[in-house]
Amino acid sequence: MATDRFPIEQGHIMLFARAVGDDNPIYHDPDAATDTEPGHVIPPPTFVQASAQFTEGYNLRPVVGQPWFGSGKEPTGVERESSGEGGGTGFHAEQHYEYHAPIQPGDVLKAVDKPGKSWTREGRRGGSLSFNESVTEYYNQDDVLVVTARSVGVQTSRVVE
Amino acid sequence: MALSKSNINVGDQHSEQVVENLTRTQIIQYAGASGDYNPLHTDEIFTTQIAGYPTVFAHGMLSMGLTGKMLTNYVGDGRLTKYGVRFVAQVWPGDSLTATATVEAIREEDGVSVADLAVSTVNQDGAEVVKGSATARIDG
Repeated sequence: MATDRFPIEQGHIMLFARAVGDDNPIYHDPDAATDTEPGHVIPPPTFVQASAQFTEGYNLRPVVGQPWFGSGKEPTGVERESSGEGGGTGFHAEQHYEYHAPIQPGDVLKAVDKPGKSWTREGRRGGSLSFNESVTEYYNQDDVLVVTARSVGVQTSRVVE
Repeated sequence: MALSKSNINVGDQHSEQVVENLTRTQIIQYAGASGDYNPLHTDEIFTTQIAGYPTVFAHGMLSMGLTGKMLTNYVGDGRLTKYGVRFVAQVWPGDSLTATATVEAIREEDGVSVADLAVSTVNQDGAEVVKGSATARIDG
């Protein structure tokens, strides 16, 4: 997802590493990190996904003053459109990263979207499946390409059993 | 310790249990850190009553992140050049996952020694949940 400004922050890296159950000191201890090969705190390999926190209008983050589709008083805060078939869900099908250059706290990345492919096939568990690929390039403050991310999303036509 | 051409062979495997009894709290930690607040992962009422699933389930990217811990423990910090996966099956609260890397090739790329790895993560029933590949720089 295109993101103008993704600041790489040490606390954010620590929280992300905790979430993936990784207590490697290189993700939270700058002193310990100086003795490692990179020589500084680095993010875990899937960290750039967290650029979503900084993506304008990201649809999976509640927005102040707007209804949210999760539960509150009611099981959902928005009216769902009837799709006819019903129950379909969007899923993440694939994720691929290429690492070109190191990232460290203090860097400020910019994520640029590139066009990807789309295709459809019949699935075994979820009815017809619509796939959409997106490619995102992450550049640092020196305009160096640091990570290329390729994501494939799939939309099912009914609930996956 | 980083891998080197002298200490690995094609066919070598490294396995780790990357989570035991996945908790809903860990899924919430992942939502908070990643910024993916889709209620399918954290909101039991929405997920069961609106989306029609038996309970919440992990973000695919949490499974990938857990699997990545095994990879970086094996190949060393900052050594990955590529890492990609397909999300094969959903991961549920209570699942325990074991991730395995298998050395598929040791080769030179742009004058640097690299190892190609097959990556697979299975749950407590042996069902594959993540399947992928990775490439890492190794010492020559």
